[in-house]
Amino acid sequence: MSDGGQVRKQRPKVEETEVEEPSTAESVDTSDVDDLLDEIDEVLEENAEEFVKNYVQKGGE
Amino acid sequence: MAITKYLGTETEYGISVIGRPDFNPVLASSLVVNAYSADGRPRARWDYEEENPLRDARGFTQPGAHEAPPEDDIGLANSILTNGARFYVDHAHPEYSSPECSNPRDAVIWDKAGERILEIAAAKAQPLLPSAGTEQPARILITKNNTDGKGAAYGMHENYIVDRAIPFGEIVRQITPFFVSRQIMVGAGRVGNEFELEEVPYQLTQRADFFEVEVGLETTLKRPIVNTRDEPHADPERFRRLHVIIGDANMSEFCTYLKLGSTALVLSMVEDGFLPEAPALATAVKSLHAVSHDLTCQQAVDLKDGRTATPIELQWHYLDQAKKYCEERDAAPWAPDVLALWERVLVALEDDPMSLDGTVDWVTKYRLLQRYVDRDGLAWTASKIKLIDVQYHDVRRDKGLYNTLAAGGRIERLVDEAEVQRAIANPPEDTRAYFRGRCLDKFRGEVAAAGWDSIIFDTGKDTLQRVPMMDPGRGGRAMTQELIDRCDTAAELVAALQS
Repeated sequence: MSDGGQVRKQRPKVEETEVEEPSTAESVDTSDVDDLLDEIDEVLEENAEEFVKNYVQKGGE
Repeated sequence: MAITKYLGTETEYGISVIGRPDFNPVLASSLVVNAYSADGRPRARWDYEEENPLRDARGFTQPGAHEAPPEDDIGLANSILTNGARFYVDHAHPEYSSPECSNPRDAVIWDKAGERILEIAAAKAQPLLPSAGTEQPARILITKNNTDGKGAAYGMHENYIVDRAIPFGEIVRQITPFFVSRQIMVGAGRVGNEFELEEVPYQLTQRADFFEVEVGLETTLKRPIVNTRDEPHADPERFRRLHVIIGDANMSEFCTYLKLGSTALVLSMVEDGFLPEAPALATAVKSLHAVSHDLTCQQAVDLKDGRTATPIELQWHYLDQAKKYCEERDAAPWAPDVLALWERVLVALEDDPMSLDGTVDWVTKYRLLQRYVDRDGLAWTASKIKLIDVQYHDVRRDKGLYNTLAAGGRIERLVDEAEVQRAIANPPEDTRAYFRGRCLDKFRGEVAAAGWDSIIFDTGKDTLQRVPMMDPGRGGRAMTQELIDRCDTAAELVAALQS
């Protein structure tokens, strides 16, 4: 929260043990963008315009 | 001391029949739900006796605030699963209500199991479509999202058991700034907005734009940030169930985990009177929209006392309190793990929100869309962009974009798929869902009806035998496994319970 300025200008000191990723976390590869888009291109629905036109939901809850 | 935060999620899935856009979505939803349960065994009906969605937490019953689905009129599908979940048709959507879980990690597993159940159910319903076997068979598409981008919204609701003794007003005061600011960590992301704002081509959440008031009972119109439905599905003298309607349905296991874990911690702190005065927002609904529309997460919102705070600062306020709470009080065993992730996400949001690609839904989806915009020179209003926005949430593991990213090792997962697969048919072991699920599996033919807080057996006697389960924490494996294993019939089970 701030009074004109910020109350917390810097993040608090973090102990090493607290920032370790959970042991179940797998390494994430987001480097190879071309490969990524090729993968996605292969599974994308074919006719985007038709798909979007027909994607109509009823309200819920 | 705060009570155990039994929790769970309920998700209304989007449903479309590709190739037959005019196909009735209510019928399609029924086909999906019924196809999943169609194993030739008798079906238990849902027990509505204790349900009252119009009871208000503020102490009165409000008429006409929730349009009840015409279930009994046209026999809409409504089933109970052996994993303790409820799988049914609500309005025009298939809905999966997870079993009660004792901790956020279990809730992630049974929430994810819901996606798998929908995937299986849609595949089983496919041959039942009228067009099956023709040259152009239609296809059922199930999406775990919350809007079609055309003005319709449908929900993902969270449920938390809280102590009845806590004044509801205190929950509202503390939880409202928390809900408004937690969007930055757990939004599912969406293309466009509901206000025709050109400067908002993409925003953090699916649902923020659909919320119009701060507190209220409604869920389908004038949606409130804090929902007041007072229907504990448990002993009403002891428990309240906070029914949270403000969140998005997440594909990211981390988002589901953090959403449930951090909210449960805030509620525990409210129960223990641990929190200082809440950082009240000057205009909560306006701030809700503003936070969702700001991809930098740096824009401050106005507080009632004249100060301002960014959503990240508001979250630090709650996280700092939660850390202190866990040091000083007897917090749940899962709390340290949630605190570590909460901190990790806030630190990343401060440095560079985009570094959460693969972890937080709204970032992962945004990065994917941005790459398409860059490569193909697309406008953010292009059909292909809108298609990707929807298909990210497709539950099919070989076609959904989140799932494709996950299969390619580009998504951080929190739980093992083996645990999710097991949860498709098996209940959590430390809540009453265990008793519900096991009874349904073993005594299906004798279960006349079941609900969240009871099972009704038809053991062939003149009257039905109702077994109440008014405490979500009682009826787990430790208490009931031996009994269920030992009894060959429901009659034996009921006799043993009565003795």
